[in-house]
Amino acid sequence: MKKLLVLGAGTAGTMIVNRLRRHLGRGQWSITVVDQDDVHHYQPGYLFLPFGAYTPEQVTRSRHATLADGVNFVIGDVDRVDAATNTVALSDGRTLGYDYLVIASGTTPRPDQTPGMLEAEWRRSIFDFYTLEGSTALAKALQTFDHGRLVVHITDMPIKCPVAPLEFTFLADAWLRERGLRDRVEIIYVTPLPGAFTKPICSTALGYLLDERKIALETDYMVERIDVENKALVSYDEREVPFDLLITVPLNMGADFVARSGLGDELNFVPVDKHTLQSKANPNIFAIGDASDIPASKAGSVAHFAVEVFTDNFLQLIAGKPMTGSFDGHANCFIESGNGKALLIDFNYDTEPLTGKYPLPLVGPMSLLKETRANHLGKMGFRWIYWNVLLPGHSMPVPTQMSMVGKTAATNTPAK
Amino acid sequence: MPVTTFNGQQIHVNEEGFLTDPSEWDDGLATALGEQIGITLTDEHWKAIRFLRKDFEEVGETPTLRRVSTVGGIPIKTLFVLFPQKPAKKMAYVAGLPKPHGCV
Repeated sequence: MKKLLVLGAGTAGTMIVNRLRRHLGRGQWSITVVDQDDVHHYQPGYLFLPFGAYTPEQVTRSRHATLADGVNFVIGDVDRVDAATNTVALSDGRTLGYDYLVIASGTTPRPDQTPGMLEAEWRRSIFDFYTLEGSTALAKALQTFDHGRLVVHITDMPIKCPVAPLEFTFLADAWLRERGLRDRVEIIYVTPLPGAFTKPICSTALGYLLDERKIALETDYMVERIDVENKALVSYDEREVPFDLLITVPLNMGADFVARSGLGDELNFVPVDKHTLQSKANPNIFAIGDASDIPASKAGSVAHFAVEVFTDNFLQLIAGKPMTGSFDGHANCFIESGNGKALLIDFNYDTEPLTGKYPLPLVGPMSLLKETRANHLGKMGFRWIYWNVLLPGHSMPVPTQMSMVGKTAATNTPAK
Repeated sequence: MPVTTFNGQQIHVNEEGFLTDPSEWDDGLATALGEQIGITLTDEHWKAIRFLRKDFEEVGETPTLRRVSTVGGIPIKTLFVLFPQKPAKKMAYVAGLPKPHGCV
């Protein structure tokens, strides 16, 4: 009996085991997935929790309920992977063997990596919204926040769902306006990047979003520490950004077991071939979803498209054939802009987000890089699709590879 | 895509002046690009630039300041002194690599 072992039952891991269970004979292959608990989170929902649009119950389910029959689910903490013996040790002493291993343990916000972040002001005036606890605590804090400096901050790239901090900023702006408080609140967006928008077409098409909402911008900002007493971010070049309410995206890192196993880079992400997701060090190990070091967005859509390429490739690989699928870095993301509208972006490794229409069989055209109500409805409808179509491993009526159909080609796309 | 003659050689650049073909880069060009933004390259600058070039070749992406610090061994504070105000962008410019970017 051959063994496929998947570490992580999140978006990528769940889709992988559910898709492959249909293709791998139960007599020939066992499929096991490991995670540390039995709660699957619909993470895009965290964005809306602070504004009361979702309840915690709507964004969580039992992992058991999302896994197909015939998939073994092991709850436990991974201690380390021993690639030399093809085994995984759990911290409770159990050992799991594998023929093929998929690391799908994602990325985790690490407030402990910035001095001052986890101290007295954590969850008092400093919040994250990338965890259920953080997002829920922030919802409570926003209820009593009626004036002062609201700072939205990104510690460093890469981060999970790179547009979420912008979306949060837009939603906070709209929410404060609705409550008649916007004039009493300064909103400052602090980023380590050279701008809120860094791609040429996006900068041109979307620059107005911040100006129109009177959101101040602090760029090239590398936080060194938080001055807890004076409630201020302090950067390596000694710029101070005071806050009354700080919504930060802590440093994102891959799982610690990846580092303990010697399989990660400096942020514990697994170096892989960006087209096959195969580990550069071990041909029987793959890393899919946020856990890998591919230069694509850490996002559910990327995980979804990558899983489709990987599962087809995997079936070829175990049949002794060359893997013919090549992942192109395809991402497709809605960006909430407040007031019941959203934008849509569709891009890959080589093509930046462009304007135009996103043609979908059945769903119809959606507008790219433009605020529309239809895009917002698409984003809100996605929660149902996630639980009922994506996680079970059914195919979506969208192409895996990015397509140029409907897009307005850029005249200044960088040369290869 | 604009083609410009710089330091006596033809190079392809984007609208911000960043090289779009890293293979057109050489040491002489780096010195000239540095001068363009008011930076005279010292050995310390070169250490950072060499790391950027090597890392880009291996990983396919311009490294972040944190990566230059933890993997390349040059503290972030030093990078802000060597390439004032916008070290990530300035280092990439001089090293002939794409500037650090987000997804939008």
